Amino acid sequence: MKRVKAEILSVRKLGGYQSLTLVSPEIAERARPGQFLAVAMPDDRRFLLRRHFSIHQASRRGGWAGAIEFVFNPSGAGTEWLAEMKAHQFLDVIGPLGKAFAYPQRLNRCLLVSEGYGASSIYFLAQELRARGKRVDMIVGAESEQFVLKPIEGKRLSQTIEIVTADGSIGRRGAVADALAPVAEACGAQVVYAAGPRRMLRAVAEFCMERQIPSQIVVEEQMACGLGLCFTCVVPVIRKDGSGYDNLRACTDGPVFNPARVLWDRWMGSEPTMLPTPPEGFPVVRSWPG
Amino acid sequence: MAGVKGSLAVDLNGVGFPLPVLAASGCFGTGRELAGLAGLHRLGGIVTRSLTYNATKGSPTPRVAESPSGIVSSVGIQNPGVRGFIAEELPRLQRIGLPVLVSVAGSSLEEYIRVTRALEGHPGIVALEVYLSCADDERDGMPFYSRIDRIAEVVGAVSRLSRFPVFVKLPALLPSLLETARACVRAGAHGLTLIDAVPGMVIDVGKLRPRLGSATGGLSGPAIRPIAVGAVFEVASALRDVPIMGVGGIATGEDAVEFLLAGAWAVQVGTAMLVNPSAPAEIVQGILRYLKTKGLGSPADLRGRLRLIRSPGEAAP
Repeated sequence: MKRVKAEILSVRKLGGYQSLTLVSPEIAERARPGQFLAVAMPDDRRFLLRRHFSIHQASRRGGWAGAIEFVFNPSGAGTEWLAEMKAHQFLDVIGPLGKAFAYPQRLNRCLLVSEGYGASSIYFLAQELRARGKRVDMIVGAESEQFVLKPIEGKRLSQTIEIVTADGSIGRRGAVADALAPVAEACGAQVVYAAGPRRMLRAVAEFCMERQIPSQIVVEEQMACGLGLCFTCVVPVIRKDGSGYDNLRACTDGPVFNPARVLWDRWMGSEPTMLPTPPEGFPVVRSWPG
Repeated sequence: MAGVKGSLAVDLNGVGFPLPVLAASGCFGTGRELAGLAGLHRLGGIVTRSLTYNATKGSPTPRVAESPSGIVSSVGIQNPGVRGFIAEELPRLQRIGLPVLVSVAGSSLEEYIRVTRALEGHPGIVALEVYLSCADDERDGMPFYSRIDRIAEVVGAVSRLSRFPVFVKLPALLPSLLETARACVRAGAHGLTLIDAVPGMVIDVGKLRPRLGSATGGLSGPAIRPIAVGAVFEVASALRDVPIMGVGGIATGEDAVEFLLAGAWAVQVGTAMLVNPSAPAEIVQGILRYLKTKGLGSPADLRGRLRLIRSPGEAAP
């Protein structure tokens, strides 16, 4: 984890998203898929908290060595300010933060599922998995065509890709959850990775638990510091021995979690007072990787 | 550098800090998160997150929402319980080598007493800070701070039981802050921490929902600084011998100087640390620069130096 003043190398519009590429060899060297950056907001203290973004790309070699890219959807005060930034301006960035995805050792066929800008960390992961000789298949979901992140890049990174949009403007019309079973069967998925909104993650978790497929998810939780100081970004995670659950910080204990150990009912928060503590305890979950 | 540190040391009637800037409660994690990032030696001390007797899971998420120049948050005192803290976190904090103040919480008088007892005699702890914003189970869930007699009861019990000096963290918006502060001192408090987060709420009008999982939370950050400075001034002007730690929206050296001029003996930094982990070090530098330009030797020299506007004809002291 390093704190740097990083120069903006380029600003690009990618459909509904905005992409920023920064120069930071210190961060690029260490960055792994699943990890994130904490970007400071302007000094005028109108809005205070750093914004947190998955790392989309970190170049360690070649002409772009030391460059690091993240993608965001300009939809709030902080991200709109970021979208106005120009090349050669500087950002105060801390990173890389959080735990990265684990790579399977024996298993070979990986299914990568993403929705919205969840694709941002998934593409980085696809690259690293392929570099390790793994087969990568993808499901990429979004609201509409403009929110499908770099579809051509997605095709290049995967053996097969299934694009699913809510309005059918590109790929198949429908939900990511509906594409899971057919795609997983077609590609013979042995490992599943997922990134995106909670409801989609839960569908992936249930699918993988039912079929006993080892999986990892990266969560998008609202964070204040991203450094493990404040305990605001917690996810309820069942203990390894099944004796209960702990609220773990998405920033330092995650953002990558084993979905089989997430206490979904509690995390989805429909009943915030509900405290399920079954008398027989929680099921003991096999730890990663399968 | 040693000389510089020496000149910035503060003494709160026997509780000494090498620097006048401490990490506020709930903003320092568990002691290992900032390894390698912040200049930890540039802190005067650490106030731990608030501890209850048994482990507490905390509030539902989301736990934080932004507001203009502030954040509204509700962590719901998630903590490993006082025994878990002593086993795991205290040794790590001790290794950092800074004075540790332990924040004590509870949902009943008995719980405050049990937490205080459990902490007795542990090396590395220099003082306790009593946190009074938890719901009081014996008073229908009203916060402890809502009644002076209840505050006095809790503070009295903790101060009598503990050999550590006890600071009391008070919110600013009380019917009479000064009366409450006096009651704390009478009950045995060594000093005060002013102020606690201001109760608040942010609503997502699009979804017709509160932005926090627990609906309401505490506002902190620069938005509450004037409230905090005012509270420190009110209490410090009346209780000149009672050490006060000022806290609320401090992010720069100048912010800290405001508190010291208002009468604080030291300051704590919370929200700013979440954004900029080296904020305390920068604030210390800022205080040092200010003292130099004013030709003063120590942060204590700022106390009572505030020039108040007098009505014409009134004699200068």
